[in-house]
Amino acid sequence: MQVLIPSPLISYTRKKYVEAHGATLGELLSDLERQFPGIRFRMIDEQDRVRPHMRIFINGEQEFSLGRALAPTDEISIVQALSGG
Amino acid sequence: MKKTSKRGSARSKTVALLVSTRKGAWIFTSEASRRKWSVNGPHFLGHMVHHMVLDPRDGKTLLAAARTGHLGPTVFRSTDFGKTWKEARKPPAFAKAPEGQSGRTVNHTFWLTPCHADEPDAWYAGTSPQGLFRSNDGGVTWEPLPGVNDNATMRPWFGTEQDGTPDGPKLHSIIVDPRDKNHLYFGMSGGGVHESFDQGKTWKPLIDGMEVVEGFGFDVKNPMFHDPHCVRMCPSNPDRLYQQNHCGIYRIDRPGTKWTRIGRAMPKSVGDVGFPMVVHPRSDTTCWVFPMDGSGVWPRTSPGGKPAVFVTRNGGKTWQRQDKGMPREQAWWTVKRQAMCADALDPLGLYFGTTQGEVWASRDEGGKWACIAQHLPHIFAVEAALV
Repeated sequence: MQVLIPSPLISYTRKKYVEAHGATLGELLSDLERQFPGIRFRMIDEQDRVRPHMRIFINGEQEFSLGRALAPTDEISIVQALSGG
Repeated sequence: MKKTSKRGSARSKTVALLVSTRKGAWIFTSEASRRKWSVNGPHFLGHMVHHMVLDPRDGKTLLAAARTGHLGPTVFRSTDFGKTWKEARKPPAFAKAPEGQSGRTVNHTFWLTPCHADEPDAWYAGTSPQGLFRSNDGGVTWEPLPGVNDNATMRPWFGTEQDGTPDGPKLHSIIVDPRDKNHLYFGMSGGGVHESFDQGKTWKPLIDGMEVVEGFGFDVKNPMFHDPHCVRMCPSNPDRLYQQNHCGIYRIDRPGTKWTRIGRAMPKSVGDVGFPMVVHPRSDTTCWVFPMDGSGVWPRTSPGGKPAVFVTRNGGKTWQRQDKGMPREQAWWTVKRQAMCADALDPLGLYFGTTQGEVWASRDEGGKWACIAQHLPHIFAVEAALV
């Protein structure tokens, strides 16, 4: 499925949209890590929580659980929260 | 044969200042004369770089601890003195908590220390919140040290993540005894000073003689109430350590176990509160501090808006003000604990960076000062190296 990558993580993917796969959000993130080493820890902490200023949307809805099941047609957006300074 | 003086041999060296800021890192270099500086950077523009350190064992490997406002913490590594960087494959991270329990997360890596000279490629890292990590492969992968991170006795001393500095509680001042790779120290803000003789497996507090904030009934024997801001070991005498603490300036001479508050000899109008501590590489009686205002609401700025470095040349019996070249008034500087350092040339060069983004340098052990860089972001750390 297609994953939208936010600008702070494009240094890993080199492109705004990438393909990644998984039956759950956690598996999809593991696939991203396999393709782009280091990317997962920048958005998911060591306790498997989405970092405070990162957001993950599935078909436009915010999701925090890595156990969330995914369908092949789901659209995933990884977004940086509006928390500048 | 041509005679080479100590100063002459120094002339062949390049001095590098590794400046870490809230928005990236810069490398300043100069000939040994230190009259003209070149700048290289920014590296990691937009990243909060808390510490960038050169590996003295090879003279070319740099590690930089970084995160951004959004992205989690990592460590970058360069083996060509900053020309190219590669991210750690496994940055410092606490162990995952068992199901149903809450675990800690590394907010940022705050402090980097190369391990003993006999352990090439080995490094220690201190984090916020307090954690100690070790890499045995030059910073590519990092492992948590359970002697600190899973230490149930230490845990209450860490406080909560609400405690510690305004930027979070920190483990800092990781010191390796050059005579014994197993002998280590570190400081925690808050949480006291601690010592290990078995390479970090077990630790004992080293807080006797250190004072705590008065008037609240704090137990001076409880490490939780101690806030060492910066601890330094004298390279010329590893049995002597100096400490800038929330509650004064201290010295300890091992194997003694009691710190002596040498900051009492500072002028009363200045006080002995500050963050950085710099020791002379060749003299165990000489060290420098950068006093800041710790009165009232703790402005943490130069007392009276008149910045100065203070030096002792007799182990803390007396202190002299060094401010030639600095503004005489209305300069409300803050210098963080990692943002002041010395090179190893003769005469010694001293450097500090302010949170206002200026780097100041002295080529004569603090006698005269000049601003060598302005308009940088908030400076977290300045490290000097000869390359």
